[in-house]
Amino acid sequence: MEITTSHYVVLSTLLLLIGVIGILTRRNILVLLMSIELILNAVNINLVAFSAAQQQVHGQVFSIFVITVAAAEAAVGLGILIALFRNKQTVHADEIDLLRW
Amino acid sequence: MMDAITFTATDFHVLKPAILLCLFGCGILLTDAFLVRRIGKRWYNAVTALVAEGAVILAVLQHMSDVRSGGPISGLGGSILIDGFGVFFNVIFVLAASLAVILSARYMEAEGEHRGEYYALVLFAQAGMSIMATGNDLVVLFVALETMALSFYVMVGFLRSSKKSNEAAMKYLILGAFSSGLLAYGLSVLYGIAGSTSLEKVGEAVAARPEGDWATILALITTSVGLFFKIAAVPFHMWAPDVYEGAPTPTTAYVSVASKAASFALMIRLFLSAYGSAADAWIPLLGAIALVTMTIGNLAAVTQSNLKRLLAYSSIAHAGYILLGLVAANEAGMRGIAIYILAYVFMNFGAFALIAALRRDGEAAEELDDLNGLFARAPGYTILVAIFMLSLAGIPPMAGFYGKYYIFLGLLQEGYYVLAVFAALYVAVAAYYYFRVIRACWLQKGSETPATLDMNLGTRVALVGSGVLTVLIGVMPQRFLDLAGESVLATLR
Repeated sequence: MEITTSHYVVLSTLLLLIGVIGILTRRNILVLLMSIELILNAVNINLVAFSAAQQQVHGQVFSIFVITVAAAEAAVGLGILIALFRNKQTVHADEIDLLRW
Repeated sequence: MMDAITFTATDFHVLKPAILLCLFGCGILLTDAFLVRRIGKRWYNAVTALVAEGAVILAVLQHMSDVRSGGPISGLGGSILIDGFGVFFNVIFVLAASLAVILSARYMEAEGEHRGEYYALVLFAQAGMSIMATGNDLVVLFVALETMALSFYVMVGFLRSSKKSNEAAMKYLILGAFSSGLLAYGLSVLYGIAGSTSLEKVGEAVAARPEGDWATILALITTSVGLFFKIAAVPFHMWAPDVYEGAPTPTTAYVSVASKAASFALMIRLFLSAYGSAADAWIPLLGAIALVTMTIGNLAAVTQSNLKRLLAYSSIAHAGYILLGLVAANEAGMRGIAIYILAYVFMNFGAFALIAALRRDGEAAEELDDLNGLFARAPGYTILVAIFMLSLAGIPPMAGFYGKYYIFLGLLQEGYYVLAVFAALYVAVAAYYYFRVIRACWLQKGSETPATLDMNLGTRVALVGSGVLTVLIGVMPQRFLDLAGESVLATLR
């Protein structure tokens, strides 16, 4: 069976859904950050698949920017998490309740 | 096919504001590390940031006169487009950032976190916003949005020893990164539809799709959800009250006005050019979201006792009104958005600046009760409270009135009577909680340990400056309406 662009789109949609469900149901902030990475990787799969289908590089360039942004976001996110952990000794979203959600 | 990559004088010219901001930002980091830290006078950094703003406003004014004489300037292979709309928003960002800088110095010093990085982040965020308003390409817009958002995450968590600030930054980052992810997904689908990242090409490709096309709908839904998060529209508003309460107050002021203005700029650009042909699909969506946003924002604000949370819910409600202008999508509506955002910068910034000046026992005071009895001790301050609250409520002759007026006018012209009626009714609800704030400081008796005002020159300049402009736009609106009108002509091509 030949793998077409629509297969990639189905894969990326599933990955997006897994990420969204992770954000909505999990309570560990590290897992939340991982779910965000999943969403951004779904974006990358989309971009690279479309880029290959259309025989041009714009999408691949876009995906490199998305990877860079994901790295920056993880760096800032972990930095903030460390600051939070120093003050509160927890990484669970349920115990971070000084401000009402 | 890729064109040969060259960097021309025009490219440099269109990028000048962003380049200046990044250079000055790096400059502040370096001078802070090697010079200012040794001298121990951290306000030098604020002065450097203000010099940067001065240089940027010169570049932006240069853009303005170029656009007036020769039309829009396109640079970097069409991925940046300087038009009246972008210039207008750039002026707004310069004003917001300058106010943020002069307000921050005293507050951050009092909180013991007065560092050079803070001012560098103000400038980096502004560089992102500047490109968000002028970008004309999906990649550029996404990277600009993230530049802004990443700077804001750090600024919100800048009070490292405060649990509230840490918590606010964490929530902002999780929800902000989540919304950026969804937005990026929508942009990737748009790229798939168009095979190009240029907004014009995307617009043409979307127009060529059949009606009810699933890919267009998917892109529309994911990008809208991402943007609704950024402007804090209901049901994606949960982060706003927490972030506004936990962040250092000058940062709250900056985030609440500048990030909202930049996100609206991006939203208007994307909806009018990329989704222009799918207006039948997004107008009901935006109308419904705007209605829910005004309802929840206004009703939740009524019950708040913390001033920052009250203003957070009020800013959610304001986002609803601005969305209505996009629903109308005609000249009056767009002009309404422009003048609304301009007025919003001054009145909302002023309102947060009032809170930043308020302290009790050396701690930041943010409760409604902290205002009690201030009329007897600081009459000038309470007059400013009245000006900003009346303007936020949209009562003439204050600046906030004209935005609402033109947006309602736009709705009526397009025949959205139900939306206009609801929007007008909620103005009455909003008046109730804004008057509660005025009542707290004008009529209530103070307690035995009243809150004190902690001000320096910067705080005074920020307060009086935004107060004067709030009144000025209200009393002499013509010049500002012309400026707003000029900016919308660019979007409604």
